[in-house]
Amino acid sequence: MSDLALIGPILAAMFAAATPLLFAALGELVVEKSGVLNLGVEGMMLVGAVCGFAVTVQTGSAVTGFLVAALAGAATASLFAVLTLFLLANQVATGLALTLFGVGLSALIGQGFVGIPLEGLPKLHIPGLTDLPVVGQALFGQDIMVYLAIAAVPLVHLFLYRSRAGLVLRAVGENHTAAHALGYKVLRIRFFAILFGGAMAGLGGAFLSMDYTPMWAENMTSGRGWIALALVVFATWKPVRAMLGAWLFGGVTILQLHVQGLGIDVPSQLLSMLPYLATVLVLVLISRDVARIRLNAPACLGKLFHPDA
Amino acid sequence: MSFIRLEPRGQASKTMVYVTPLLAVALTLLSGFILFLAMGFDPLKALYSFFVAPVTSVRGVGELVVKATPLVLCAVGLAIGFRANVWNIGAEGQLTLGAITGGGLALAFYGEGGWWLLPMMVIGGAIGGAVWAAVPAFLRLRFNASEILTSLMLNYVALLLLNYVVHGPFRDPDGFAFPESRLFEADATLPILWAGTRVHLGALLALLALAGGWLLIARTFIGFQIKVIGLTPAAAGYAGFDQKRIVWLTLLLSGALAGIAGMGEVAGPIGQITASISPGYGYTAIIVAFLGRLHPVGILLAALLMALSFIGGEAAQIAMGLPKAITGVFQGMLLFFLLASDVLIRYRVRFGARRAAA
Amino acid sequence: MPSHAETYPPDAPLPRLELRGITKRFPGCLANDHVDLVLQPGEIHALLGENGAGKSTLVKMIYGVLHPDSGTMLWQGAETVVPDPAGARRLGIGMVFQHFSLFDTLTVTENIALGLDNAGPMDQLAGRIREVSERYGLALDPGRHVFHLSVGERQRVEIVRCLLQDPKLLIMDEPTSVLTPQEAAKLFETLRVLAAEGCTILYISHKLEEIRALCSRATVLRAGKVVGAADPRRETARSLAEMMMGAELSTPERPPQGVAGVARLTVHHLSTTSDNPFATNLKDVNFEVRAGEILGIAGVAGNGQAELMAALSGEVLLADAEAVVIEGTSAGHLGPRARRTLGLAFVPEERLGRGAVPELSLSENALLSGYAREPLVRGGMVHFARARAYAETIIRGFNVVAHGHRAEARSLSGGNLQKFIIGREILQKPKLLVVGQPTWGVDAGAAAAIHKALIDLARSGAAVLVISQDLDELFVLSDRISVLFHGRLSDSRPTHETSVERIGLLMGGLFGTPPDEDGEITRAV
Repeated sequence: MSDLALIGPILAAMFAAATPLLFAALGELVVEKSGVLNLGVEGMMLVGAVCGFAVTVQTGSAVTGFLVAALAGAATASLFAVLTLFLLANQVATGLALTLFGVGLSALIGQGFVGIPLEGLPKLHIPGLTDLPVVGQALFGQDIMVYLAIAAVPLVHLFLYRSRAGLVLRAVGENHTAAHALGYKVLRIRFFAILFGGAMAGLGGAFLSMDYTPMWAENMTSGRGWIALALVVFATWKPVRAMLGAWLFGGVTILQLHVQGLGIDVPSQLLSMLPYLATVLVLVLISRDVARIRLNAPACLGKLFHPDA
Repeated sequence: MSFIRLEPRGQASKTMVYVTPLLAVALTLLSGFILFLAMGFDPLKALYSFFVAPVTSVRGVGELVVKATPLVLCAVGLAIGFRANVWNIGAEGQLTLGAITGGGLALAFYGEGGWWLLPMMVIGGAIGGAVWAAVPAFLRLRFNASEILTSLMLNYVALLLLNYVVHGPFRDPDGFAFPESRLFEADATLPILWAGTRVHLGALLALLALAGGWLLIARTFIGFQIKVIGLTPAAAGYAGFDQKRIVWLTLLLSGALAGIAGMGEVAGPIGQITASISPGYGYTAIIVAFLGRLHPVGILLAALLMALSFIGGEAAQIAMGLPKAITGVFQGMLLFFLLASDVLIRYRVRFGARRAAA
Repeated sequence: MPSHAETYPPDAPLPRLELRGITKRFPGCLANDHVDLVLQPGEIHALLGENGAGKSTLVKMIYGVLHPDSGTMLWQGAETVVPDPAGARRLGIGMVFQHFSLFDTLTVTENIALGLDNAGPMDQLAGRIREVSERYGLALDPGRHVFHLSVGERQRVEIVRCLLQDPKLLIMDEPTSVLTPQEAAKLFETLRVLAAEGCTILYISHKLEEIRALCSRATVLRAGKVVGAADPRRETARSLAEMMMGAELSTPERPPQGVAGVARLTVHHLSTTSDNPFATNLKDVNFEVRAGEILGIAGVAGNGQAELMAALSGEVLLADAEAVVIEGTSAGHLGPRARRTLGLAFVPEERLGRGAVPELSLSENALLSGYAREPLVRGGMVHFARARAYAETIIRGFNVVAHGHRAEARSLSGGNLQKFIIGREILQKPKLLVVGQPTWGVDAGAAAAIHKALIDLARSGAAVLVISQDLDELFVLSDRISVLFHGRLSDSRPTHETSVERIGLLMGGLFGTPPDEDGEITRAV
């Protein structure tokens, strides 16, 4: 295989590999903009992945599968929301609990579904365009979810920076006391933000189990939820940068699969470390700029709010 | 929220600090009852085979101690860190590194060991875990990177490293290409403390860690500094407590203890290095730390309970065909219920309309 | 725009707002006890009272942030319940909070849009903001991010936000506590224009002189109850103060000029740079504090006070060790612990959350800074019995009202906690005490006790540095006064040779040059 012929599929695969990260990161970005740090992304992705998969196997309808995955993600997130918003539990601890719980729950639900294959979604085919060399398959040969994730980027951006609801959400994340004094329902706004984050994580997980792999295996997200959390920091809470970050990680993931194909002899386990090490690297690169993080991070991120206090 | 309200207490309730863990356990059992019922099992029988049957034999009690040992070692260190708001969630990776370095020494001195080998392995495991934990400490202090994410990423890296060594350098030369090391020799194996069980010297190390942890938390000035940093970092800065030093101390300490736990697994119940040395002890230890109220005595009780959930899961799988994954569900639920009921420590629940007077 | 149609005569029969028997109870405290209040159209009405008298609680109920337990509210004659702030705004009630409800990383326009229920498109709103701000002399740039603005400008954002809603009642909660006297004078002009247009202004303050200058009626609250009403123009500051505090006042005694001894603190060419984009950098600050004297540093919040405090306490280390010299030892590179060993004690502005840990007991809070100069730690172990004894000594010596050394710091009232913290620092027998905002939000009794303790400490030979926004306090306490503005410190002047007006000009940034002829203040920097 010539190198050029390899680039097309690598590029196409990169966009697909970026999709679950993009869904989850966009959701978490909105959650964090409202001032809530939900570390349970990994757990919500897993629950979404298994529920979407199970429903699709049983109904044969991928649309239903994705809808249920989003609902399941949101339902899982609602546990986090009730605990942190109304029962004033520590967000870090509750997020960790959500991940641990999600790992267990998804494994339990998925017991009967291990090893069942699924077809995956049909890929777009536009004669002429999809057949273009190098970029054809990457740009015009993906399935609907890949395009949906990309479409969500400008939507989230417009919501946050051009709509009144988005302005209120950012205000709540910036200064919940002031927002409360102005009469905004801080807890209600955060509740819906958390549900949205859960639904997006659920979709990201379902993309993995129903489309990308497509099959169910325990713990199949293998850290993607955590990488999505790192992506939000990397993106300094900006949707477009989150997309670029997701593509970068998609690229790293695909690259490690192809390195051996390129004739470089490195043990596969060491190559598999790449996405995780890359995450640490980008976190370090972005976090060292303290001033930038301060200007962009929602000021109330992770802080508890009690309306009567 | 007008019918049920939370009203701040003037002082935190000391009673509730002890009551809420029990409440959480009770709620978990209740949920388990409902869950088993929904899954079509006889709930009482299932709960019995999960939580009681495993500890009706000496061997079972021994297994409880065996499983509690790494949990205690990891949780004591984590708890000290959590008190200072140092969120090391990389105990699983640090445990794995301890197994690689501590166990690696056993392999390196294979056939030429002596009485000195075991102490050296303990130290080696501690150093391995501490080095792995030093990475997030350094990245947080030098680059402001969140130790939550970096320590977690290193868990995956550590597991892949373990996978690599058992397929590569540590693989048993006579093992027919199985991804396992040689079985450790006697002088690289932790002695059994309780005949008829697998309880090993690691249990004693865990108790020592508990005692040391208690002394640090309750009596030393360092423990006081940790508490202040965790509650109010600005006050710690005002008082002149060196926060960097505390981040280093807590991460290195918890890494070292997790490393010893990992070494204890390979040199104890497993007896060799394999691709899977922990059913998630490092993660469960997070639950143990919280459930134990970040306090050594609580951690001991919580570790025994979580150990029970591990062996209960295995036992119920064998006895009733219950899915093993239920262990994780129970553990997650327990932490949820604990976090939820903790609200009672600082707030009173009031029923009725808002105007009710205090 | 405020309506011109409603030009009620000042004593119209139909009041704009009437409160009858408003009562509000919090756990352990009756904040408002059957409060009656009548506000007429077009009047500037003072709500006067000590800290903790219940003023803020009352206005929060008018604005719908809190809800009364009992009592009725009549808006223009009709009984009304204000469900929430949005409901208040619909009625025509606007409020400028004491602690601004602004969002640092949003623009002026976005901030204002958040307070409006029908903000409309952002560019149109920006136009309206310009219009209103010009009309009332409240210069503002709609596109700026709030974190760039001075405190005075931030307050303008709040006022413009209210004015855009055409308010019939404007509530101002302690508006001048963060302004220079000159800024305050400009604000009063704006308020008078508004009142002349028919808007009612409810003006909350405990500053008597400005109430006498601005308001035509005053209602006085004490311990949650209305204790009197007056025409402040016909009262003296003293008679108002007696109504407010309920006892005849003894004139605060100006301390005799201290005899300044050796320099205990010398600050030399102190400049800072910070990672924090919201911080104010210090620029070449120079001063010294001598044994036996109290130096006051005045200034509006946000002009570098926090940075100066951190540089003095050692929470931020300085590259130049010589920049801070304590008792003859270069200390710029030393941390708080080492500086305490040299003789420094320190009372930060934030009591709960810096000076004390809210969740910890008083004995643990005694240990917090007491470890450095008291024998509370031995061989790395905490000597808990001694920490308890030390806490008890502080509680007794400074009349701290608390349930013993076991009480959590957060369970104390502001005044009692401040007495505890100041006591903790003073009992360590410091050679140098640095205090930020010693009596901010503290009741009168505790404030007097704190002032006395600071003066006694100085008279006993220690050097005391007080950083405060409260000019009255500084004039009572200080032997010399300097002003901090935009990170620069003015030369100090002996208190008896200067005046509130002069210091006020310096707080507006006027170092050395006189005001322009039209009274416009040119800002330095």
